[in-house]
Amino acid sequence: MSDAPLAGQRSRSLEDTPVRVVSARLALPQRLANLWSRRELLLGLITSDIRIKYKNSTLGLFWSMVSPAITLGVYFLVFGLFLKNGYPNFVIYLFSGLIVWNLFQNSINTATGVIVDRAALVKKVSFPREILALSNVGAAVVYFVVQLFVLVIFVSAVGHAPAWKFILILPISFLSLYLFTCALAVVMSAVNVYLRDMKHLMEVLLQLWFWLTPIVYSYSHAIAPFLQRHGITWVYFLNPVTLIVMTFQRVFYVNAIVHSTIAPHPIIEVLPTWSFDKFLILNAALLGFAIVAIFVGEAIFGRLEGDFESVL
Amino acid sequence: MANVIEVEGVSKKFKIHHERHQSLKERLLHPRSGTTEVFDALSDINFTVGEGETLGIVGHNGSGKSTLLKCICGVLKPTTGEIRLRGSLAALLELGAGFQTELSGRDNVYLYGAMLGFSRKMVDGIFDDVVAFSEIEQFIDTQVKFYSSGMYVRLAFAVAVNVDPDILVVDEVLAVGDERFQAKCVDRIRRFQQEGRTILLVTHNADQVRALCDRAIVLNSGDMIADGPTRDSLRIFREQLMEDAVEHDPAHLLGTVRIESVSTPSGSFEVKSGAGLHLDVSVVSQGAYSGNFVMELFTHNGLLVSRSDAQGAPVNLLPGHNRVTIDLGQVPLLDGVYGLNVGIVDPRGNNVIAWSERAATIQVTYDGREGGIVELGATIQQQ
Repeated sequence: MSDAPLAGQRSRSLEDTPVRVVSARLALPQRLANLWSRRELLLGLITSDIRIKYKNSTLGLFWSMVSPAITLGVYFLVFGLFLKNGYPNFVIYLFSGLIVWNLFQNSINTATGVIVDRAALVKKVSFPREILALSNVGAAVVYFVVQLFVLVIFVSAVGHAPAWKFILILPISFLSLYLFTCALAVVMSAVNVYLRDMKHLMEVLLQLWFWLTPIVYSYSHAIAPFLQRHGITWVYFLNPVTLIVMTFQRVFYVNAIVHSTIAPHPIIEVLPTWSFDKFLILNAALLGFAIVAIFVGEAIFGRLEGDFESVL
Repeated sequence: MANVIEVEGVSKKFKIHHERHQSLKERLLHPRSGTTEVFDALSDINFTVGEGETLGIVGHNGSGKSTLLKCICGVLKPTTGEIRLRGSLAALLELGAGFQTELSGRDNVYLYGAMLGFSRKMVDGIFDDVVAFSEIEQFIDTQVKFYSSGMYVRLAFAVAVNVDPDILVVDEVLAVGDERFQAKCVDRIRRFQQEGRTILLVTHNADQVRALCDRAIVLNSGDMIADGPTRDSLRIFREQLMEDAVEHDPAHLLGTVRIESVSTPSGSFEVKSGAGLHLDVSVVSQGAYSGNFVMELFTHNGLLVSRSDAQGAPVNLLPGHNRVTIDLGQVPLLDGVYGLNVGIVDPRGNNVIAWSERAATIQVTYDGREGGIVELGATIQQQ
């Protein structure tokens, strides 16, 4: 053995390699740095998630485009021909809110159970556990992009120009949505380890939450007067998804005030008549909140994850 | 030399829940029911491992060695204390735990690599080696759910040893798999040693530690009771096993028999290859006892040369001093230093009653042309 060639001798010394620390409580910056260093794993988990979903299907990811396209077509028929509510182009209004909601709901629903579902992995392989929840959000983002693409195609097909100026706010709005969804997904995935009911509870809560968000109805037209009368408008806006949905609707639906399609064609206010600046400021504030939320969510996860092995 | 692993004041407590209420309804109905027991799996462990060292972690079942290993790998977080690691780490434990059975072998190689913390580019570079090593070329694009368990383990092992880790952690895996697989494992570990990588080997098999490690630590119910050269640590490990055995010793035999010394008539433990060697073992017994006498001979790097007993015939010890002789008619060994262990084993339960690790060191001199351990006296001729 001693006369084996030393060709395999490693030239690299570990003197300068950064030190990794395993301890009960890692400081938040350290946790975030760990997460960042494992971004390839996040990417790998997202791709495998999507691959598994469409494994053995010939059309693959194409299905994720077909299904929202069909949904869009059905809404177009239903609300355009039968259930006329007077909003012109209602299907665009509906779909631009719905894609935001789908991202949020899919993420939370799948992420809540993910650590329990992948317990075998969590107990045997070392990686930042929140990556599992983040990969669910990531997969939902991919489907979101596909749906957005379908919406854009539809909008151009019917010749409905978006509000170009407001598109500038869209990235801020999307980032808030992404960060807030990540924060909630991470926290819920950890809470569900200790309280297994959380998964079912979340499904119910999300249905309620859906109706608290102006997706299938108009905030300004349907409930703003009621909220104002009772002075609880601020409560309604505590829901961070509301502003994001409204921003997407403002961009794709464009018109805040429209003539009803039903005689005698009264004027209705579908979206709030806020200025560009107001949308920008509100979205910037929401982004600030979402950034705080992701830090808090990470901190909560860090607290909860230390005891996973005793209940998993 | 930098320290690659620093374990500082690491303790791990497990909460064991009895009657756990995990649903909201049960929690509300029984707010205080169920008891929680705290179990100390590790208490205040401290040690460091330098670059290129091979450290053995030994302890019997439940001693906390797997918990310690999982803490080092980062699967478990210590309750207190911290572990500092330098460089990348690959663990040969729970092989294939990260596999997604719906995906192909190829996809899983990348996913598993990412899980171990290696980049896609790096896995690209070693992909062919991984496939060749695992010997499943023709199935690499088949979904892993169709793999046999052997293929599964081979693929996981191939990834873990080919990703170029700075630290390799091996946990009892050498105990699974067929002989060829085990030989492959040992082979790889030896190569990693030569390449100057740091290796942690966890096992309760003393022979493996003797063969592979220069240093060993011993765990006993969560405490570290030894840290030093393999030979010394293993002695402490054996003594601990004996002490534990005393507690579960119905006949109260243990501690009544002691091996005092091993000597030769000439006082020298040097022997010429091919010559005979006569050894005197002095045994002190408190009572009359009849048991099996066992001797083991090792090479300096821990390879077992021979284990023999008194051919099934028991030695009958009398109270007081007893003499047992070992006659090696002919020592066919080549040049080197050999270690001798002697012991007395209870014939019924195979329990060790008395043991002396490294009771003597025998020096063999040889002036022939053969190389290795043993002289076969081969004659090679052209016909």
